[in-house]
Amino acid sequence: MHRSETLVQWSLAVVALSAIAVLALIIIFIFKEGSPIIARLGIAQFITGTKWSPTRGMFGILPMILGSVWVTLGALIIGVPIGLATAIFLAEMAPSRTSQILKSAIQLLAGIPSVVFGFIGLIILVPLIRKWLGGPGFSVLAAGIVLGIMILPTIVSVCYDVFKAVPQAYREGMLALGATRWQTIRMVVLPAARPGIIAAVILGMGRAVGETMAVIMVAGNATKIPISPLAPVRTLTSNIALEMGYAVGEHREALFATGIVLFVIIALLNTLARLVARVEKV
Amino acid sequence: MKRFIPLALGAIILFAILAAIHSLRAPARRDENHAPASITLAGSTSVQPFAEILADEYMNEVENIIINIQGGGSSAGARSALSGVAEVGMLSRELQGDEKTLVPTYIAYDAIALVVHTSNPSRNLDIAEVQGIFAGKTTDWSEVGGETRKIHVVTREEGSGTRGAFDQIIMGTVEVTPGAIVQDSNGAVREIVAGDPSAIGYLSLGLVDKRVKAIAVSGVLPSIATVANNTYKLVRPMILATREGPRKEVRDFISYCLSEKAQAMLAKEGLVPVTSVTPGG
Amino acid sequence: MTDRQITLLFAGITGLTVLILVFIIGYVMINGLPGLTLQFLLESPREMGRTGGVFPAIVGTVLLTGIALIIAAPVGILTAVYLTEYTRDTWLPKIVRFGTESLAGIPSIIFGLFGFLFFVIYLDLGWSVLSGALTLSAMILPTIVRTSEEAIRAVPDAYREASFALGSTRWQTVTSVVLPSAKPGIMTGVILAIGRAIGETAAVIFTAGSSLRLPRTLLDSTRTLPVHFYILAREGISLENAYSTALVLILLILAINIAAYTIMDRLAKKES
Repeated sequence: MHRSETLVQWSLAVVALSAIAVLALIIIFIFKEGSPIIARLGIAQFITGTKWSPTRGMFGILPMILGSVWVTLGALIIGVPIGLATAIFLAEMAPSRTSQILKSAIQLLAGIPSVVFGFIGLIILVPLIRKWLGGPGFSVLAAGIVLGIMILPTIVSVCYDVFKAVPQAYREGMLALGATRWQTIRMVVLPAARPGIIAAVILGMGRAVGETMAVIMVAGNATKIPISPLAPVRTLTSNIALEMGYAVGEHREALFATGIVLFVIIALLNTLARLVARVEKV
Repeated sequence: MKRFIPLALGAIILFAILAAIHSLRAPARRDENHAPASITLAGSTSVQPFAEILADEYMNEVENIIINIQGGGSSAGARSALSGVAEVGMLSRELQGDEKTLVPTYIAYDAIALVVHTSNPSRNLDIAEVQGIFAGKTTDWSEVGGETRKIHVVTREEGSGTRGAFDQIIMGTVEVTPGAIVQDSNGAVREIVAGDPSAIGYLSLGLVDKRVKAIAVSGVLPSIATVANNTYKLVRPMILATREGPRKEVRDFISYCLSEKAQAMLAKEGLVPVTSVTPGG
Repeated sequence: MTDRQITLLFAGITGLTVLILVFIIGYVMINGLPGLTLQFLLESPREMGRTGGVFPAIVGTVLLTGIALIIAAPVGILTAVYLTEYTRDTWLPKIVRFGTESLAGIPSIIFGLFGFLFFVIYLDLGWSVLSGALTLSAMILPTIVRTSEEAIRAVPDAYREASFALGSTRWQTVTSVVLPSAKPGIMTGVILAIGRAIGETAAVIFTAGSSLRLPRTLLDSTRTLPVHFYILAREGISLENAYSTALVLILLILAINIAAYTIMDRLAKKES
């Protein structure tokens, strides 16, 4: 009996290792393909170069790094306040039945494919921006709004869970002191939930940085560092997807190298989220 | 010692899976001899729509053959043909570098049309003006005889055949402005130009429709006639490239593409048949 | 501001969030419904999708998602069993958990790059159903592991103890007590993973390709609904067909989500 149990345990361990195996394969293959060009150009030149012109042998991805930063920032400016307010309403204010229904509805938003978001942005948002704010419409602003909406479900559901985890006794104490509901939320619930909210924001950032198809459709993909929210912009992800099919030789290596940079950024964000989660537990 | 057992087992199972996948591939390839034969074409998104049309017709006429067509771009097409991922690479530019080991078949010529919004009054631009606009030096339509309105430049991504031909013929050593909007297909360029009164872009003549307006370059409008007599300069070839000695099915399809019927179909779609072009142009 | 005004403000913002959802679904429905006929579902596309239907794309989507699930579901659930039932706090579960969490954060475009390098080129599977499905299975693995783990952890210890008391081994306990009780939760996770796989574009376009033909073998290239939609919409091939394709996609995802919530609901009722 013991012998067969040990066998089961080891077999399960092997299966469980497949996640690690996949992660290792991803790292090995992408780094193998992308690192030669980084080594040749020097990491500094690759990530601080401002010119991207692969057919002329110029590989600087600073415009794309900044593009990802601006677009993600835009997404957070739009997604975080709306998401947070929605989560506060659902967790602290709405009757529980209403809250359940609305929460499932918002979860549905998470299920809508990113191409559909991108398409709605392309058909509705881009012409609106072009007409009322000027510029070509394809812009940091358009991408920020689309991504902001896309990260809403993440922000709402994570913050909701965090608020629900704040002990009821905290609130009762405040209310007993004569505080209003909003005062209670502001002075007790939000501070207690802060690490969780930060984790939600980081998760949202990860999603915004990694999104590809929706961004390609609305961002305009220019390789110039954007100087205004109305200027077209290219992100790291769209740089890869846009040129991947067409690239050969050094150009292709440079796109995989872009993938490495993206991978490292995401890994840093994940580590940050894990650190925040650890702080929360203390 | 004990803790290495799962790692070792894991490695063995992984290799077993890889081996299984490899062996799965081999019989599938052999099967193609009796089951309906299939041909895979991959490459230029400019050639793709026309290849689809030819393939549809070909599959109607010839039994037991299936033609798969992939996009991906000229370079990827050549790459796929070289590596064997696809048997036929579709290119919308000349072969270059190590791609020259492939055997090209010219199936048609295509004009690249400069397009603007239908409300744009401009009718003609010189090559120098076009270059100025795409280099980002000319930024307002009034500088080239239009109304006062900022120009929104729409270009194709680096590596695409259309971009390559445009760079070669119009831009020379001058760079397309990094502020230009970049799209990865003819259709996407057309959609933007159709919606934006300030935009200018370029795309395959065959895909120009009434939602956008093609303008003349140095006084010559793009058309089959102006391409055939060498007066319109923005022209690039459409090529099907294979490795040496392709299968019979592949050879048959390629010669079908050169048949009178196929060439007539291409002409109807706005391409210029190979037979009608004065060589050397 | 008074308490009441703040509540109203926040209710308004919540309303806005829900309105966005209603708008997106409504917009696609209104524009897509006229073109959504049985013929559209069952015909092959012609002229690159300008006319005709989406049948091959539906087949491609189902094949890709189905195969991805056949691979990822057992691996994911067994991983969860290992993490919850078989581990003391050793180094092995720690790296497994680290791997799963890291995998969950990786953007789909990176999965696409990897799938292209590994399955399409290195294993020489070409752009194919199999390459796409394998890539997707790697992508949905973390979702399945995480939700299964939660579901298994929620099974009360008393169940296990009762089973051990009857002389069952750990594995017997897992198969006859733990997994059956955790089934609804695991199902929900699997269904959510299906939803994610169906809507994926970036990872699929580089691995399964974009052929319009009906795949005959697992090594044929195919095109999924989101890829077909992306190409139709972006290249302006046919806006009507694009809307109808989007509608098929959204209806599919709505149905899957409703299924997931129904199962969760039943689970919640059973508990109370």
